[in-house]
Amino acid sequence: MSNQYVSVEAIARRYGPTTIFEDVWFGIDRGEFVCLVGHSGCGKTTILNILAGLEGPTEGAVIVDGTEISGPSLDRAVIFQGHALMPWMTATGNVAFALSCRHRGWSRAQCDAAAREALKRVGLGHALDRKPAELSGGMKQRVGIARALALNPKMLLMDEPFSALDALTRGSLQDEVARLVTETQQTAFMITHDVDEAILLADRILLMSNGPGARIAEVVVNTLPKPRTRANLHHMPGYHALRDHVLDFLISRSAAFDAKAPPAGWAPRAVPEVRPAIETPPPLAAE
Amino acid sequence: MPAQVPFWRAAALSLLILAAFLAAWEVAVMPRAGSGPAIDPEYAALLGQAAAQGGTTPMPGPSAIFVRLVELLSDPFYVRGTNDQGIGVQIAYSLLRVGAGFGLAALVAIPLGFLIGMSPLLNAALNPFIQVLRPVSPLAWMPLALYSIKDSAISSIFVIFICSVWPMLLNTAFGVASVRREWLNVARTLEAGTWKTAIRVILPAAAPTILTGMRISIGIAWLVIVAAEMLVGGTGIGYWVWNQWNNLSIADIVIAILMIGLVGLALDRLLGLVAQAVAWRE
Repeated sequence: MSNQYVSVEAIARRYGPTTIFEDVWFGIDRGEFVCLVGHSGCGKTTILNILAGLEGPTEGAVIVDGTEISGPSLDRAVIFQGHALMPWMTATGNVAFALSCRHRGWSRAQCDAAAREALKRVGLGHALDRKPAELSGGMKQRVGIARALALNPKMLLMDEPFSALDALTRGSLQDEVARLVTETQQTAFMITHDVDEAILLADRILLMSNGPGARIAEVVVNTLPKPRTRANLHHMPGYHALRDHVLDFLISRSAAFDAKAPPAGWAPRAVPEVRPAIETPPPLAAE
Repeated sequence: MPAQVPFWRAAALSLLILAAFLAAWEVAVMPRAGSGPAIDPEYAALLGQAAAQGGTTPMPGPSAIFVRLVELLSDPFYVRGTNDQGIGVQIAYSLLRVGAGFGLAALVAIPLGFLIGMSPLLNAALNPFIQVLRPVSPLAWMPLALYSIKDSAISSIFVIFICSVWPMLLNTAFGVASVRREWLNVARTLEAGTWKTAIRVILPAAAPTILTGMRISIGIAWLVIVAAEMLVGGTGIGYWVWNQWNNLSIADIVIAILMIGLVGLALDRLLGLVAQAVAWRE
């Protein structure tokens, strides 16, 4: 077997006659960080929910670790867009609840102790016993991250986890997630529409065309060296070529992409990979 | 929004209103010389004391009621035969019935409300029954209860049950149905299981709404118990009020009204404290 952990095969989502996306194929290797970038309405969140097992695809299947998934799993932890913390539990309580689901045999004290450790790892050692209402937006999302990481999942799924935060908080959390994910070689899949965030975190960036009828139009391989931080990212050679390529896609090529008359070399199962950081960007797709 | 007023100013105004009300009452019921028609002496002999009051029972003033209140509260729990028991004993009977009826209603309404809230099918199927039965005055059930249960004490508990069940049922169903989807999704991705999700996620999320239903229910139950006991008789504060009316003890009736109000307030505050304990904010 290859190193592939997730294989998404021909999934589609239709509501009656409307097709949100179809014929979507991609894989995620173990230890790989994949970002999905696209405009609103192309079904990004639906794809993440399908990977999480919260929704089923209208067509197609998702294979994880050799088995088709049929529902949610503790192996695929989700960091939600809204932090999705239970407001009646403290920060520790929220993480401990997740741990009590992961480790059925653990005592309450064991869960609490492990929860406190997980919160300290994301820098929340001073806010262990606070309720979500007493935490800032960034701190709440840190609890969400701690809750997901404490599960020690085989894969991390993130649905625009930083989009509700102010720019400064978002930046420091991005650096932190980059560090945590690199340290643990965590397999991860993230939805975003922040180009810099994708370049900072992702090994590969999947670019989705506009819905309805959205497809994965291009796969961008991020060849910038790791570790990447927000401080050094924009000084890296090739960064601007990479960023321009993704931005150009979002501004013009995402709308121009037509699956019935695809650019040369494009096929749903074999979306061409581009390496803009070491290549010159390819010419725009034919009109 | 009105500005916050200091507590002592509101309290002072409350006391002032109370004092003015009591003073006006006291003056209004003062016996007037020469009032009332003259009464035939033989008839007066038959009527006894009532004759001296002009053939009518006078409305007692606050001072007379206060004297009677002290008298009643100095020995609230005496039992001298079935028709002569202290006011504390009567209130205790009423509370016991409300407690039993309300408790049973909670045991039925909260689990059933959970099911209705979680299942749109069950919600749609049971809704017509609930909508028809809910507006029925609980006292209308009394004859049916007496006929089928054949025990007046249990019948009044049943009436309390039937009137407290609806607000709890509807609020529980509403609270459970409106639990945030993202919390349920968290529970699903954690593979929490139905039971754990119900206890650790849905119940605490819906608890404030459920408690609101319980507060409405206990208020209605306390309203209804007085009427039910007037009908059924035997014991309880409702029966006691009716008994004092038959005795023409107006002071006792006023005292009973005050007591019913105070106990009702206490019941509501009690559930208010529980509601505070389960409240959460985001």
